[in-house]
Amino acid sequence: MSQNTQNRRTFLKSAAIGSAAMGVGVAGVTDIAQAQTPKNTPATATMNINPGYLFFNLDEQSFIEAVVDHMIPADDLSPSGTQLGVNIYIDRSLASGWGKGERLYLKGPWKKGLPYQGYQLPLTPAELYRVGISNSNMHCQKTYAKPFDKLPENSKQEFLIALQGGKITFPSDLPSRTFFAMLYQNVMEGMFADPIYGGNRNKAGWKLLGFPGVIAVHAQNVEKFLDKKYTSPVSSISDMS
Amino acid sequence: MVTKLKEVDILIVGLGWTGGILAKELGETGLKVLALERGDLRTTASDFSLPNIRDELRYVHRQEMMQDAAKDTITARNTQSQEALPIRRLGSFLPGEGVGGSGMHWSGGTWRWTDMDFKIRSNYEDRYGKNFIPADMTIQDWGITYAELEPYYDKFERVAAVSGKAGNIQGKKQTGGNPFEAPRSADYPLPPLKHILSSKMFGEASQKMGYNPFPRPSANASQAYTNPDGSKFGACQYCGYCQRFGCEANAKGSPHMTVIPIAMKKPNFELRTHAWVTKILKDSSGKKVTGVLYTNLTTGEEFEQPAALVLMCAYAFNNVHLMLLSGIGEPYDPISGKGIIGKNYAYDTGVGGNLFFEGKNFNPFISAGGTNTVFDDFHGNWEFDRSKPNFVGGYIVSSGHNTALPIGYRPVPSGTPAWGKEWKAATAKYYQQAMSITTRSGVLPNRYNFLDLDTTYKNGFGQPLMRLTFDFKDNEHKMGQHGADIINQMIATMNPQKSSKASGARRNWAFTPYQSTHNTGGTIMGTSPANSAVNKYQQSWDCSNLFLIGANVFVHNSAYQPTGLVGAMAYWTADAIKNKYLKNPGIMS
Repeated sequence: MSQNTQNRRTFLKSAAIGSAAMGVGVAGVTDIAQAQTPKNTPATATMNINPGYLFFNLDEQSFIEAVVDHMIPADDLSPSGTQLGVNIYIDRSLASGWGKGERLYLKGPWKKGLPYQGYQLPLTPAELYRVGISNSNMHCQKTYAKPFDKLPENSKQEFLIALQGGKITFPSDLPSRTFFAMLYQNVMEGMFADPIYGGNRNKAGWKLLGFPGVIAVHAQNVEKFLDKKYTSPVSSISDMS
Repeated sequence: MVTKLKEVDILIVGLGWTGGILAKELGETGLKVLALERGDLRTTASDFSLPNIRDELRYVHRQEMMQDAAKDTITARNTQSQEALPIRRLGSFLPGEGVGGSGMHWSGGTWRWTDMDFKIRSNYEDRYGKNFIPADMTIQDWGITYAELEPYYDKFERVAAVSGKAGNIQGKKQTGGNPFEAPRSADYPLPPLKHILSSKMFGEASQKMGYNPFPRPSANASQAYTNPDGSKFGACQYCGYCQRFGCEANAKGSPHMTVIPIAMKKPNFELRTHAWVTKILKDSSGKKVTGVLYTNLTTGEEFEQPAALVLMCAYAFNNVHLMLLSGIGEPYDPISGKGIIGKNYAYDTGVGGNLFFEGKNFNPFISAGGTNTVFDDFHGNWEFDRSKPNFVGGYIVSSGHNTALPIGYRPVPSGTPAWGKEWKAATAKYYQQAMSITTRSGVLPNRYNFLDLDTTYKNGFGQPLMRLTFDFKDNEHKMGQHGADIINQMIATMNPQKSSKASGARRNWAFTPYQSTHNTGGTIMGTSPANSAVNKYQQSWDCSNLFLIGANVFVHNSAYQPTGLVGAMAYWTADAIKNKYLKNPGIMS
């Protein structure tokens, strides 16, 4: 049985490299941190804010853009949801393995379950969005005579509050609260995940908080910034790659 | 078609901390040692390198290092009268997968459990009388002592690079450490991590209130370090990406950069990854195991791997699951109280409050797995009178930031809207100005909290999933209420501009959100086959050449995190196998 001799060899080699590098490891990563001044190239400033969708259809695109701009309006603190690319982040996520049900146990039988038993739907995230958005638009059409994206801001707010509270009965019986929980979590991910995933454009979500992002070393900063505002360039994976 | 392979001397199932320790120690005997691991190999140099390891979405929210629920999960319910449903996406707990196991993504909390825990029933009966312990609380003495384990705690702390401050060295109290700890033979191998602002403020307030704060011991190397085996550690960089991540600096004590590479250098050791064990095999007498069945996940081929000695070193849940699937020992029945396998499942819990200080700069992202101050006055302190709050066990109280990754960490005062301009302004404002105080208490076992096989749902191999029946009981609620009162007194003393008070309100255990990966019990340790699955050497009473190693042998859960004890008991068992069992195979006494 030499099923994994190759793995074993690689592992031992890497372990040795890891150990050998330790003596200089700290200096090494500091160098990286200093050498990699975050790129704020003109290209990002003028980037097309709609690079194209992989998953959402036209109605879904309108819905998601309206949701993220309602939840994250542009102001002095940050650009809007679509300017941040939150809609693109969600689109990419739904087109990815996660959206297609990776790490999700999808065997039946399917039961509603009690609230503490969490997610029990037979839908992948991508499928949940498809049903959730079309049902949301049907509801908005019925209630306000317009799809969600065409509603005035106060009606959008009313609808989202009702969705959050599980107060909306969807035509398909999909639990509206479950759809909202996933949508809301994904909006937050799109604002605060590394920009490599398509959202948090120009690291604006991180800059809002003062989160430094992909920092290499902080040991020297514990005392230096004790109760002092930490300031440094904000770095992303792409900046340091 | 099952292919039968050549027998090995020692077979290890699962290669995390316990499997790694056993592999390294028993590899020294020269016997043929084989480890089967269902996951993959990861290395610091290749898998945990900058910048890609600093990815909150990938490692925290997409659970990159965790077991894959699509292949195998557990079903759960609060009570027997409810229908158990599968945990479709991991939530409350996150067992790791792959070489290194959960020892890669832990945050390093390392404690020494003492005789207060190992003699729990005797202690409480002696002090508070037999009626003090609730009838359905199935606690019992473990049959092991702190004195037996002390050298092994010391060994694990040195191997894993635990940073901390001793409170009691050979009976002599040490200022700044935990005054309630049991005597240790020597100080921690490394001094404590640095204080961050929140841990400092909490320490000062707890001292002012008469408590005994100390730095939380953790396997985060506070300085560059070489352990007694020659494994090299870098100094912790307070990067704020500890729990759920591998450590690029090799500053977090993990098996993949300590014991496992040492074992792998031995010619008599072999590792097979992507090898998923589906059953432990018994001989016709039922008194011995003969090996295991496993599937090579890269081809789907099934193998029988014979072994003279089988060491189950998978995650606690998986060790219990394999015992149930293999029909070894009698499954526990909560109605009759008979049977052992699956009994005394336990967990941990706690309460917390948030404090918001105008003008403070906590820089919460400058933190490590162990940057906490903690006090043990309501747990390790046996003088603390439990008669009035009327609970068994206790809780530790701690504060300090460990991470501030922004998808998951955006504290705002209650009443803040969930989106919109006001949300954004509050999120920006309080990110720097918030800290929290939390308690941790062990869940005490209860007759009706247990593990068995599900009758409906199956894993990727067509085998029944394990079923967890679990809820918090009165004892947890009482600890929660007491802890909430103490936290709220501390909040009043620290006097922040805004706060969210701790609540001890009764609640049920739920599949989400994340709570802790400290699942214990199911094959408990004890003094006889009548009250336990294994003896104090983690050796199966049913099959003497089978050992069930890990937190699955815990009789109850404590306020202290489990890994220090898991590691110490792995070394203790390795010594017993080397020095006793191999010389005279059979049940050790």
